[in-house]
Amino acid sequence: MANMVNLKINNIPVSVPEGSTILDAARLAHIEIPTLCYLKDVACVGSCRMCLVEATGARGLVAACVYPVSEGMEVQTNTEKCRKSRRMSLELLLSKHKKKCPSCERNHNCELQRLSAEYNCDEDYFEGEPLEHAIDDSAPYVVRDRDKCINCNRCVAACKKQSVGAIGPIGRGYNVHVGSAFEMSLMESVCVGCGQCIVACPVGALTERTTVDEVWSAIGDPNKKVVFFTAPSVRATLGEAFGLPVGTNVEGKMVAAIRRLGPDYVFNMDITADLTIMEEAHELLDRIQNKGVMPMFTSCCPGWIKFAEQKHPEILPHLSTCKSPQEMFGGLLKTYWCEKMGIDPKDLFVVSVIPCTAKKYECHRPEMKGEVDAAITTRELARMIKTAGIKFTELADEKFDDPFATCSGGATIFGATGGVMEAALRVAAKKLDGKFEVVDFPQVRGTSPIKEATYNVAGHEIRVAVASGLANAEEIIKGIQDGTRHYDFIEIMACPGGCVNGGGQPTLPDSMRNTLDLKSLRAEALYDSDKGNKLRRSSDSPVMDMIYKEYFGQPNSHKAHEVLHTSYKADERI
Amino acid sequence: MEHCAACGTAEQQAKLKAVIEESRSTPGCLMHILQEAQGIYGYLPIEVQKTIAKGLGISLSEVYGVATFYSQFSLKPKGKHKINVCLGTACYVKGGDKILEAVEQELGIKCGECTADGLFSIDSCRCVGACGLAPVIMVGEEVYGKLTPEKVREVIRKYKDEEAKA
Repeated sequence: MANMVNLKINNIPVSVPEGSTILDAARLAHIEIPTLCYLKDVACVGSCRMCLVEATGARGLVAACVYPVSEGMEVQTNTEKCRKSRRMSLELLLSKHKKKCPSCERNHNCELQRLSAEYNCDEDYFEGEPLEHAIDDSAPYVVRDRDKCINCNRCVAACKKQSVGAIGPIGRGYNVHVGSAFEMSLMESVCVGCGQCIVACPVGALTERTTVDEVWSAIGDPNKKVVFFTAPSVRATLGEAFGLPVGTNVEGKMVAAIRRLGPDYVFNMDITADLTIMEEAHELLDRIQNKGVMPMFTSCCPGWIKFAEQKHPEILPHLSTCKSPQEMFGGLLKTYWCEKMGIDPKDLFVVSVIPCTAKKYECHRPEMKGEVDAAITTRELARMIKTAGIKFTELADEKFDDPFATCSGGATIFGATGGVMEAALRVAAKKLDGKFEVVDFPQVRGTSPIKEATYNVAGHEIRVAVASGLANAEEIIKGIQDGTRHYDFIEIMACPGGCVNGGGQPTLPDSMRNTLDLKSLRAEALYDSDKGNKLRRSSDSPVMDMIYKEYFGQPNSHKAHEVLHTSYKADERI
Repeated sequence: MEHCAACGTAEQQAKLKAVIEESRSTPGCLMHILQEAQGIYGYLPIEVQKTIAKGLGISLSEVYGVATFYSQFSLKPKGKHKINVCLGTACYVKGGDKILEAVEQELGIKCGECTADGLFSIDSCRCVGACGLAPVIMVGEEVYGKLTPEKVREVIRKYKDEEAKA
């Protein structure tokens, strides 16, 4: 056990392990110290000067987020000196900040706004230089407004943690700003669109490129049939935008709310998660039995795909050719379902609701042929529900529309890291051994960065790995290439923890982000739903039976390849 | 790598690769490599920074961040004759700003730029340690002091004439 250090914070005695910071100790003593540049698990550099406190033995004020505690230390967090200093720091930040709060996506959900109000700041106390930098809206997934940026560098830390490094601090002194090398636009940079920078941003400097207006127009167009479908993880997070506890499954209310927005159909994207598994598990077995390119990587995450195309084009043959569930659904609707319903695909407007910003980019990829017309994030859906004046928490539960309502539990857990692997193992194991009834694969669950397991099924040894967060994907690739890691099947999700922690998920206040384990709480909602589902295995779903019987014949058929599979191309970038 | 103005000659490329190879295992080697690279190329164009990023396994934005943090690094090519106009306190009170203006007019470029023929570039600096001679400029390693706008024009013309004869 670590040595304990005794100190007092605001005269309250507290005992913490050696090496803790004053901020850690204050948390234990239930004392809130304001922070801006600090973000648990992502960024801790002590640059914003919000967490300055007085501590015995220190000259002047110290940054609580990085200053280590020592025996007998006495800390004061709320003195006149601390308050004045924090207020001045905030007023200096405000002097360089585009204060267009009412129209800002982060209005009422902005750390700078909240702290400025708490410290009674005058936003015009200091006069800064005029703010006139161009907004970077080059990418279809993210918009960057440099004039709202407060240089906390949380986005830079998040991007570096992803081993992408598309952005960094540029220049020096008053002119320092966050941007891409040589002032490239984000679209020209190595950005993969994961959106981890957006959820890390304390203000409105980084937001998704919204397509809400297009969706409203389509809903209002009498000549359009509008279809919504929602990704597995959205039900586990949407409630947060309406004040419900993290980890509340709001599937029924979500369906009810979307129906009240006025589309013609509300479908469950878990259907194409099941379909992905049917195709991917069969592709894996085909590669194993026919000595195809191994190991095989999953391909449902468009941030991961863009990362592979840009940074590791040499591994593209290892990627499953399956489209992501979003694009499979778009393809399914505009072929099979339109034929079945007698609808001209041109009259159909397909809206996917996703936890992800990279999926906004994905539906613009030319080979996807516009099968999904608009991809909106969990945040954008929440905004639409608020605009429509729907009392979300008071809604009675409703069900998805047939024929795309019933899914397996395996599909639902797609939203958490390890979920795709587990769902695929359920199907592949059963296919290899007809008597194999196990559906729980706990070794691939949980939020560890890299998970590994080996399974023996019908004489086959299947070695699997699951990685979430692109730095961990990088580690897996390196290990395979230098011969230190050996696998058959690998699941990669770009975002740490998987889609539940995606770049399109609700941006919670720092007070929650710094204290709760969002990834685990949100994932739990999905695993609970899986457990409560009578159908655990994708191949047992009657909807899969229907789709294959009526349209595709069998997994990996020629027709399935035309609609459900894709190809990748190298786009090497530094 | 293809031949282009930004990535330089095969000899320059080989030198840069050797510098990266030599220093890559030393922690904090980026500064040193950037200094060497600037010595080899005269400035730090995108292709050079990409080579460094790739060689060290770090992002281009990290390299660029360091290159833009220190004023010693330049992202623009420098001229054959690098003119540094001192704007330190002593030179400034003796009219260093007027000297800079005269140099800019004589060459038809602004501070921080390079002439189209690649012969001259102008930068400003803070004190070259020759305050007794203020106001001062440096052309390459050569110091010229006790200047007036007219005298500095003559200095520049001298270099121009030499280049014309060459």
